[in-house]
Amino acid sequence: MRLTRRALLAGSATLAAPAIARAQSEPIRIGEINSYTAVPAFTLPYRQGWQLAVEQVNAAGGVLGRKLEVISRDDAGRPQDAVRIAGELVGEQKVDLLAGGFLSNVGLAISDFALQNKRLYVASEPLTDALVWEKGHRYCFRLRPSTYMQAAMLVGDAAKLKAKRWVSVAPNYEYGTSTVKWFKQLLAQQRPDVAFVAEQLPALGRIDAGATVAALEAAKPEAILNVTFGPDLTNFVRQGNTRGLFEGRSVVSVLTGEPEYLDPLGDETPTGWVVTGYPVDSVTDPDNTAFIAAYKAKFNETPKMGSVVGYALISSIVAGLLKAGGAATEALCDALPGVSFNTPFGRAMWRGIDHQSTLGTYVGRTALKGGHGTMVDWRYVNGADALPSDDVVHRLRPA
Amino acid sequence: MDAFLIQLLTGLAGASSLFLVAAGLTVIFGVTRVVNFSHGSLFMLGAYIAWSVLTRLPREPGWHVAGVLMAALATAGIGALLEIGLLRRIYRAPELLQLLATFGVVLMVQDLALLIWGPDDLPLPRPPWLRGFVRIAEQQFPLYDLILIAIAPLVLGALWLGFTRTRWGTLVRAATQDRDMLAALGVDQRLLFTSVFALGAGLAGLGGALALPDGSANLQMDMSVITDAFVVVVVGGMGSLPGAYLAALLIALLQAFGIVLLPKATLVLMFVVMAAVLAVRPHGLLGRAQVPTRGEAHAYALIRPATPVLRALGAAVLALALVAPLLVGSFWLSVLTEALVAMLFAASLHAMMGPGGMISFGHAAWFGIGAYAAALAARGLSVPMPVGLLLGPLLAGLVALAFGWFVVRLSGIYLAMLTLAFAQIVWAVVFQSETTGGDNGVLGVWPDAWAHDPRIFYLLALALCVGGTLALRRVLFSPFGYALRAARDAPERAGAIGLFPTRLRMAAFCLAGTAAGLAGAVGAYSKGSVFPSTISIGRSVDALLMVLLGGVQTMAGPVVGALAYTGLYDVLIRATDLWRLVLGAAIVALVLAFPQGIAGAMQHVAGDDVT
Repeated sequence: MRLTRRALLAGSATLAAPAIARAQSEPIRIGEINSYTAVPAFTLPYRQGWQLAVEQVNAAGGVLGRKLEVISRDDAGRPQDAVRIAGELVGEQKVDLLAGGFLSNVGLAISDFALQNKRLYVASEPLTDALVWEKGHRYCFRLRPSTYMQAAMLVGDAAKLKAKRWVSVAPNYEYGTSTVKWFKQLLAQQRPDVAFVAEQLPALGRIDAGATVAALEAAKPEAILNVTFGPDLTNFVRQGNTRGLFEGRSVVSVLTGEPEYLDPLGDETPTGWVVTGYPVDSVTDPDNTAFIAAYKAKFNETPKMGSVVGYALISSIVAGLLKAGGAATEALCDALPGVSFNTPFGRAMWRGIDHQSTLGTYVGRTALKGGHGTMVDWRYVNGADALPSDDVVHRLRPA
Repeated sequence: MDAFLIQLLTGLAGASSLFLVAAGLTVIFGVTRVVNFSHGSLFMLGAYIAWSVLTRLPREPGWHVAGVLMAALATAGIGALLEIGLLRRIYRAPELLQLLATFGVVLMVQDLALLIWGPDDLPLPRPPWLRGFVRIAEQQFPLYDLILIAIAPLVLGALWLGFTRTRWGTLVRAATQDRDMLAALGVDQRLLFTSVFALGAGLAGLGGALALPDGSANLQMDMSVITDAFVVVVVGGMGSLPGAYLAALLIALLQAFGIVLLPKATLVLMFVVMAAVLAVRPHGLLGRAQVPTRGEAHAYALIRPATPVLRALGAAVLALALVAPLLVGSFWLSVLTEALVAMLFAASLHAMMGPGGMISFGHAAWFGIGAYAAALAARGLSVPMPVGLLLGPLLAGLVALAFGWFVVRLSGIYLAMLTLAFAQIVWAVVFQSETTGGDNGVLGVWPDAWAHDPRIFYLLALALCVGGTLALRRVLFSPFGYALRAARDAPERAGAIGLFPTRLRMAAFCLAGTAAGLAGAVGAYSKGSVFPSTISIGRSVDALLMVLLGGVQTMAGPVVGALAYTGLYDVLIRATDLWRLVLGAAIVALVLAFPQGIAGAMQHVAGDDVT
């Protein structure tokens, strides 16, 4: 750069300006970490979701007169890397808060870093209950409905089924085992006559679908709880369809209605499964349709569940910033509990009791429409209605 | 009884899939001795190409077969290009360098596939005939599974005919035994090796294309397939096709029946089978002892004390590292701490791999045991940090002592795979145990108050990691180190002069485990948490990459490799979305430019090498 008189003037002006004015003009920076290369099918739509939200916020003049800026990093699916990146975002990029996370252990690693360094961390996608309960603390908030909430949302419909002999199939890690545990526990409260007669725990991403389906079939169940997703789900459904596993049996299935997992099933989508998900092709409420239209206009594709989470992440943070009147960590941590925010699914809020948001999800049944899977008979379940009583939460959350 | 029959048939179909995955790998290894890490990537490419082809063709069975064959041919072509462009140039390089090169390819293919086919899973829509079933024992059994059951023996038979009844097969088998003699007889080996590699790649592509109707083409396929393939090949005996089929049968049937009885065993069953088979048959079911082929034997360079220039350079770097807390902020100190941990981790692997001659694919086990010992002691027993830092290496060393007894009796790739099996078993135990926190790990393992300042902790890590690395170096220059290298280069002669090669290897194994355990303990306190991923295959591969990148047969290799790899990784992951593509390309370029490793090349420039 050539050193001109104007540049010199500008430089001295910056130096001379009071610090407060500088802070006013600087953007509010969110340090965002996610498993972009490890789980692209979910995280790339998620990234588009927050990109859309940031663009809208800044087009409307930013937050408190400041632009919103997201500095995004890939954690490669490794919690240790996530901790280092969190250090970089806080130490080098001087971000005001941390956000993101898809894998539960990545979320817990960032959360522990946040506690240690007294920084705010808004977890977007990790589902583990430990994040807000067992290991919850002042500096960590979590947006998506947790494994407990996913199970609780489905249990009502499951209890209405006649079936008494159940089997479960879940990926062999915390999300899978924890969802099955909650589902069994909650179902037993409503239906003491129900028994789980077999379980399958295929390794994530490596299901031996034929053997798994045959093992479930051999248990002669009346109903099946499925927790698998992604490529495992496709393999499981194909073997199950061909082998007739689902014929005459009720199936309750977690996350299966989310477009990222439902779309790949194509014309082999089994019908009548009770699922949580996002009926993106049939929602009609104004919040949803406005979001879908804006998303389509920008990216030329329909949003997925990840897109909703990414979008809601930004608006939940913005709501906190507005209430706190700035981006100072302690003020933000005081402001977030109780603050409500807009999401494509309608209003949601951050709970004070455990820092879980009340963002809910849709519960419905799978169906086939024109060779594609879709959700019918759906209803939106508010997250607040899928959480245990305050007494229980106090017991689960020592912090 | 009916359920039994169905599980049996399901197991047979699973065996066919496993065999198709593994056949190409064993063909390539048997002839070229290349440990082709990119085999899973070729499998994934086969599936993606098949998806692209089949979704454009009519969906009748005849067209389907044609499409699958086209995908296999296309993958074979990619394999041929890979051999000509990359592997051909490094056949004479130190063993396992091909592994490093093919790992670079793995990284590149991951990003390329994402760029070409996008992030979504691509399921192949199944026409009715692919959804067909037959009624067996009053149950529906997929027709396609019956087809698969038949395909594997057909492929096995065709390969057997090709290798035993054709002139090409005769030449290939001759090349396996004595490359120099074959060359002296005027046979163009390059063409031979290219054709073998293309065949192996084509088989991988065929496997991917045949797996497609049961699921989707997706970006996780490469990694999920590669370990399966290695396990099948090793259990069967490297290079043995009938062995691979036998191993596939054994594993798939145990899997089919095992998951009914023990659903939790899915993570580890395969590796338990491998460990059990290798304990009884050190060369796999049908494998034979590896005879070193003429023309590839390496005369290892003598290891000499560092030259004055190198010493001065090392001292300068150390001095710079000592004053780093005055120069940089806490983030860069954490990056440097991580590099120090990586350095000791790589140095510990190098000690058993270079001078010890024992390659490990599961070195993360020791790192992880050290990390978990420190973390659990800190959280569960509330011991002060110095005790945790002591317990880590101690426990890692003790477990290495117990496990080394099985390992040191093996050699070469079998030894490496047994260490992998052990690491996977440790991983599964940690992953599924309540005491270790499962995959949510152990949190809150932060340094004691006195070392809480990042600068203090950095200096502590510097002292421990540099101290550990220098101690390893000292040991390798001691009489023990010389004896160890003697046992590596000529076990019989070493025995004749009164050394005990097995004991020496055992000691080296424990030493490496202890040092890795120390690295793990330091790493645990620096990160504040420990997760099962510290024991994952990826972490073991990291260690291998660092050692190979630096150069196996130099003393400075692991240090240079660790710093180069962590530096590259850290810079790239923050600089670009396509970091895997760039990192992979960088690894490939480094391999081609410095086949002896970076430190090896520096030595070469200094005129200090013997070979």
